[in-house]
Amino acid sequence: MSLNRILIYGVLTLAAMFYLLPLLVMVITSLKDLEEIRNGTMLTLPQSLNFTAWDKAWSTACTGVSCEGLKGYFWNSVLIVVPAVLVSTILGALNGYVLTKWRFRGSNLFFGLLLIGTMIPFQVILLPMARTLGFLGIAGTTWGLILVHIIYGLAFTTLFFRNYYISVPSELVNAARIDGAGFWMIFYRIILPISTPILVVSIIWQFTQIWNDFLFGVVYSSGDYQPITVALNNLVNTSTGVKEYNVDMAAAIIAALPTLFVYIVAGKYFVRGLTAGAVKG
Amino acid sequence: MNASSKPKLSFGEYLPKIVVAPTFVATLIFIYGFMLWNAWLSFSSSRMLPKYDWVGLKQYERLFANDRWWVAAENLLIFGVLFIVTCLVIGLFLAIFLDQKVRAEGAIRTIYLYPMALSFIVTGTAWKWILNPELGIQRMFREMGWESFSFDWLVNSDMAIYTVVIAGVWQSSGFVMALCLAGLRGVDENIVKAARVDGASMPAIYRRIIIPGLGPVFFSALIVLTHIAIKSFDLIVALTGGGPGYATDVPATFMYTYAFTRGQIGVGSAASMMMLMAVVAIIVPYLYSELREKKQ
Repeated sequence: MSLNRILIYGVLTLAAMFYLLPLLVMVITSLKDLEEIRNGTMLTLPQSLNFTAWDKAWSTACTGVSCEGLKGYFWNSVLIVVPAVLVSTILGALNGYVLTKWRFRGSNLFFGLLLIGTMIPFQVILLPMARTLGFLGIAGTTWGLILVHIIYGLAFTTLFFRNYYISVPSELVNAARIDGAGFWMIFYRIILPISTPILVVSIIWQFTQIWNDFLFGVVYSSGDYQPITVALNNLVNTSTGVKEYNVDMAAAIIAALPTLFVYIVAGKYFVRGLTAGAVKG
Repeated sequence: MNASSKPKLSFGEYLPKIVVAPTFVATLIFIYGFMLWNAWLSFSSSRMLPKYDWVGLKQYERLFANDRWWVAAENLLIFGVLFIVTCLVIGLFLAIFLDQKVRAEGAIRTIYLYPMALSFIVTGTAWKWILNPELGIQRMFREMGWESFSFDWLVNSDMAIYTVVIAGVWQSSGFVMALCLAGLRGVDENIVKAARVDGASMPAIYRRIIIPGLGPVFFSALIVLTHIAIKSFDLIVALTGGGPGYATDVPATFMYTYAFTRGQIGVGSAASMMMLMAVVAIIVPYLYSELREKKQ
């Protein structure tokens, strides 16, 4: 191997260590007991595989006043994510279909208005939305968060589908129209069957965004309705007695597992979503 | 055409509009309407509860007279510049190294990019533990025999903002790598071959031909990173909580604190309007250049 190759692999390996180190430290720490943490360093391997911290993080750790672990909040996040992802993806697909195959006067303007919606800092809508959720009587509930995530996810999902459908030849749709196929028929028979890749991209993107969201979660939910990111932050910052770093780390891994799993299984689509979001318009 | 098919036709004509109507209405109300509503709040005397009166620029005056706001703005500038530049440099170099026909490229790429799948809260929690002086890196080096090693940035008001940069770069640089790698794969090999034939060295080819050709990629990466920087909120909450004191406050945490925990809705909404202006200042040139490209 030439010196050049050694240099290349050396740099790549160093970088890989930088990215892997925090995950490694989290896993190692989560498997130790407090005694081992106090006596060793963060890279000292645990003496035995000890899942007590994981058990505590899941079912008995304190997140603020309640001490029931993360499990309830994990399910809250699932309950928020599933409907929000499905509805925003379905609406995004239909919007993308209309914006490319059934254009009307003003449809480009509509798309432009929507695009800007992907860029605004959400701080600018936080206060009015808080009031609105109050008027609607769903402030602090799961329903409120689902609604917020659907609304502010629509711009992204529409963008994904619009950019994907624009490369589908319009002749296909026009021919079907001449044959008498209508709006829904064309969607089901022609558009939907070729949409699998972009459906996966949209679902993964929305899943990751909503699961990882903290801003909406911390502003619009309270008590038992909080999503897992908010609960994790509360757990880490709850200071009663001894700081249990092993439980903190186990909790952080639990919160990260669903999105990590999706990334490892479908990384290709995850990257595609990221880059589609980057190259807008 | 017979008369009975007419209403059907017109329904068919309206159908696409009916389908996009919910999104259209939602966009108008929940994005543009809310922006205006928020703007109004920033011109009102609202404190604990929103009030719909008019006090002109009073809240902005209060905002600008607030030291904490300027600390937040300065932090965003420091964090933003360092975060963006470091991500771009690391991302570019990793992409170039990865593009040398290395083995296990897919696996390495997966490792570089996985932090992007994590929540900033998870990232913040992990780095808070690693950077903790009593038990983290500092302790590790001291145990290894380097007794005087000191790394207490997390609890040092002057340095804490740089820990946010470290964690942010860790999370987002892989994304720039992915963008740059895609850009490098799009470079025309014939140009590179021709330059080699002319006797140019690889570093020179990268410096003179390939990297300048990545301009549009950098531009997209820059936009996304700037956007992440201006919106950064969760990472700071989880890593430093804005502290020590308010040493690592940024506009997003400032806005949250004033609007939702201190009962200063007017100041909070004024702060969010300033964030919106910052984003607009970036998007407008971006959209302008995009549109110009399309026309050409």
